Amino acid sequence: MSILDVVGNTPLLALEKIGADLPGVRLLAKAEFYNPSGSVKDRAARAMLLSGRKNGLLTNEKTIIDATSGNTGIAYAMMGAALGCGVTLYMPGNASVERKNIILSYGARIVETEPLESSDGAYLAAKKAYESDPERYFYPDQYNNAVNVQAHYEGTGVEIWEQSAGAVTHFITGMGTSGTFTGVSRRLKDYNGSIQTVAVQPDSPLHGIEGTKHMASTIRPGIYDEGVADAVVRVSTEDAYAMTRRLAREEGLLVGISSGANVHAALSLARTLSGGAVVVTVLCDTGTRYLSDSFWREKA
Amino acid sequence: MAVTILIPTALRVFAGVQAEVTVEGDTAGRAIEAFADKFPDIRQHLFDENNALRSFVNVYIGEKNIKTVNGLDTPVRDGDALMLVPAIAGGTGAI
Repeated sequence: MSILDVVGNTPLLALEKIGADLPGVRLLAKAEFYNPSGSVKDRAARAMLLSGRKNGLLTNEKTIIDATSGNTGIAYAMMGAALGCGVTLYMPGNASVERKNIILSYGARIVETEPLESSDGAYLAAKKAYESDPERYFYPDQYNNAVNVQAHYEGTGVEIWEQSAGAVTHFITGMGTSGTFTGVSRRLKDYNGSIQTVAVQPDSPLHGIEGTKHMASTIRPGIYDEGVADAVVRVSTEDAYAMTRRLAREEGLLVGISSGANVHAALSLARTLSGGAVVVTVLCDTGTRYLSDSFWREKA
Repeated sequence: MAVTILIPTALRVFAGVQAEVTVEGDTAGRAIEAFADKFPDIRQHLFDENNALRSFVNVYIGEKNIKTVNGLDTPVRDGDALMLVPAIAGGTGAI
């Protein structure tokens, strides 16, 4: 068994304290920080790399290259080490020191891109590097690779259905590549067409909800399927920070900011529902890679 | 004091699709205020309801985050460039 074999099958946790005032509505969260590199991105990274292995595009001589705001990069770095492949990652220069250090510790290489251009700058730079020497690289292109969506269709979506014993009525989560949202939504709707799927968006093009893309102002991922969203809700970075602190202090869940955004949105949605509803969201990553951020030091 | 504001791509649509603009101000706060006055649609993205800079917005003068100096009261010199960057990944260190 290798580290790639322990990706997925994460617990579905009940947020009993945060959801305590919901009459008859259950609030559940898929604890994706249980994945071996600490985030939901292990699923897509594993699927894309194994797909590359299977179709012969990823050989040991090739270097894995892609753009990332951090979590996919950490997943590639871990798996690249396990598979014996080099890894080069393009990421915005304002990514956290913790993320960069984790990636470097796995032996991967980082190319920092212009902070002002955010993840779009990293995406364009990675694409250009790949196109300049395609023989040298394996480019999973997480924003446009259907295998990313498939990993969630075949994995996360099935797990949520089974772990909730088919009781899930609503699924709500934010979008980076949109792989989790699109794949899980499609699977749940295949199981039960009445399940409502809701996408979470930052309330501003300038935001601090890492890994989350403001679709209206950024390069739209090719795998994004707008049609699967029954609704779109907006969350401020400040509300995401506040819920991230609550998750740590009330539920004992040290998770990242996008998890806080998801749970804030899930709680707001749950408050509009009546008894019997089961709202499922995603705790995308561990909070340990955000400890240098000052929002932890606020009281409320 | 003429200082340059380096605008993140996410906000350029609110600033005539410019990558940078020059404003007047003797502190980082006054320069950013002047920027928001010049492009009023940008204000809500930078400041909260109490007119404080939103907590995830980092302002760099060169490689220095003003949060590590005197915040919005950090003095600026003629010709300085102020870069507005979201703390997208919790980054607080030098960029």
